[in-house]
Amino acid sequence: MSATTPIPEADGIAACPVSLELNGQRRHLDIEPWTTLLDLLRDRLAMTGTKKGCDHGQCGACTVLVDGKRVNACLTLAVMCDGKQVTTIEGLARGDELHPIQQAFIDHDAFQCGYCTPGQICSAVGMVNEGRARSRDDIREQMSGNICRCGAYPHILEAIEDALPAARAWAGEGER
Amino acid sequence: MNPFSYARPASVDDAVKLAGPDARFIAGGTNLLDLMKENVLRPRQLIDITHLPLREVAASGNGGLRVGALVSNADLAWHPEVEARYPLLSQAILAGASGQLRNMATTGGNLLQRTRCWYFYDTGTPCNKREPGSGCGARDGVNRMNAILGASDACVAVHPSDMCVALAALKATVHVQGRQGAREIAFADFHRLPGDEPQRDNVLADDELITAIELPAEGFATHYRYLKVRERASYAFALVSVAVALEMDGDTVRQAHVALGGVAHKPWRREEAEALLVGQRADDTHFAAAADALLAGAQPLAYNAFKVELARRAIIRALDEAARGVTR
Repeated sequence: MSATTPIPEADGIAACPVSLELNGQRRHLDIEPWTTLLDLLRDRLAMTGTKKGCDHGQCGACTVLVDGKRVNACLTLAVMCDGKQVTTIEGLARGDELHPIQQAFIDHDAFQCGYCTPGQICSAVGMVNEGRARSRDDIREQMSGNICRCGAYPHILEAIEDALPAARAWAGEGER
Repeated sequence: MNPFSYARPASVDDAVKLAGPDARFIAGGTNLLDLMKENVLRPRQLIDITHLPLREVAASGNGGLRVGALVSNADLAWHPEVEARYPLLSQAILAGASGQLRNMATTGGNLLQRTRCWYFYDTGTPCNKREPGSGCGARDGVNRMNAILGASDACVAVHPSDMCVALAALKATVHVQGRQGAREIAFADFHRLPGDEPQRDNVLADDELITAIELPAEGFATHYRYLKVRERASYAFALVSVAVALEMDGDTVRQAHVALGGVAHKPWRREEAEALLVGQRADDTHFAAAADALLAGAQPLAYNAFKVELARRAIIRALDEAARGVTR
């Protein structure tokens, strides 16, 4: 499909039609091209689970899953998510059952202020989907895109390590 | 971000027709959108190339591998053919950025990322790369991260990529297409030294789009090493990095490719340094001679003199580990 919008004038707004699946729900939206996925979620759709930390891809607080892959929502244009599946922290649980990574963060007390937590959890789910984390060192390295300024890393590491088998099984069940 | 219009062409031909000085191609967007938020770049139009058919990794005619420009960094690093035949490239890619960014960033985009020189990013300071003729804030500023080789009075920026250092050592080829047609560029000729035109990072014309990277048949899968030295254990740009690809015959070096990152405006290679290794015993004496040749004429700045010795030792260690087949 080819689509082109005119160059915007000073006060002009050139919104683009976008259709995406957000946490399993089909959404049809008109979005200005310069809107990031993060601003769409938080400002337009009032889904504030996804956090804005640095807004420059350095902290990972805005991590969400696009087509199952973890990305920084602050460096993703919403208009480029047309036709994609977006999963945020609000979409991980199945009904009242928390995702194993979510449950493990509670069980291991893996946060203090909690601001980085949704990004940490979505990033860990994305890491599980990638299937490359086999050791504690792997988890440390592959989670380095998520900063915790409280320094809760030891418990975050324990939570993720503990939940890896259950998270893999959960992902497998989701595919059926 | 400033307003811009958005185009989503369906073919490479359509994409290059839309290109121009006020437009930018966008794929992963990891660097472009960051620079737009910082007001360093203010394109009037973004051309979304993510719907173009440039995602294939396939055998090339000469026994090598052709990688589509839109293959993500993560997919490339973990591609079975790349892991088996070009592990140097996998190692370099995985040494860079974060899991999130490697899922977003593309092969073509990695070549086009801009320097992380603080003065390029800070629009309150002069920078000849951002605003030609305005001066260089880094040359007499806080220049710990800046160049020690190949710099000019106008610019002391370094190219930030890890992947490109490996591609330089592997002697890849860049395939591009513009309105005048397609052409191939040897990797060594793709990026430029700054000279008096630091605003030009590479030799691409405004209307040219990277379509693929081609890896030659020889992948140096036995004797290789990407060694990256940085300020923290993960998710930081290189102070110095070294990509080594060797062909060995017992203790004797038959072929040697060495490229450095973090030291110059482009991945740094010198064939005369590599020639000092060929036909010689793989030992510290020859490694040191090659390192000295690679770094000859280095001109450190006020805060980065440490890089010269750091690079020298990193080269020797990377050569040693590659020769012995120690990969991690």
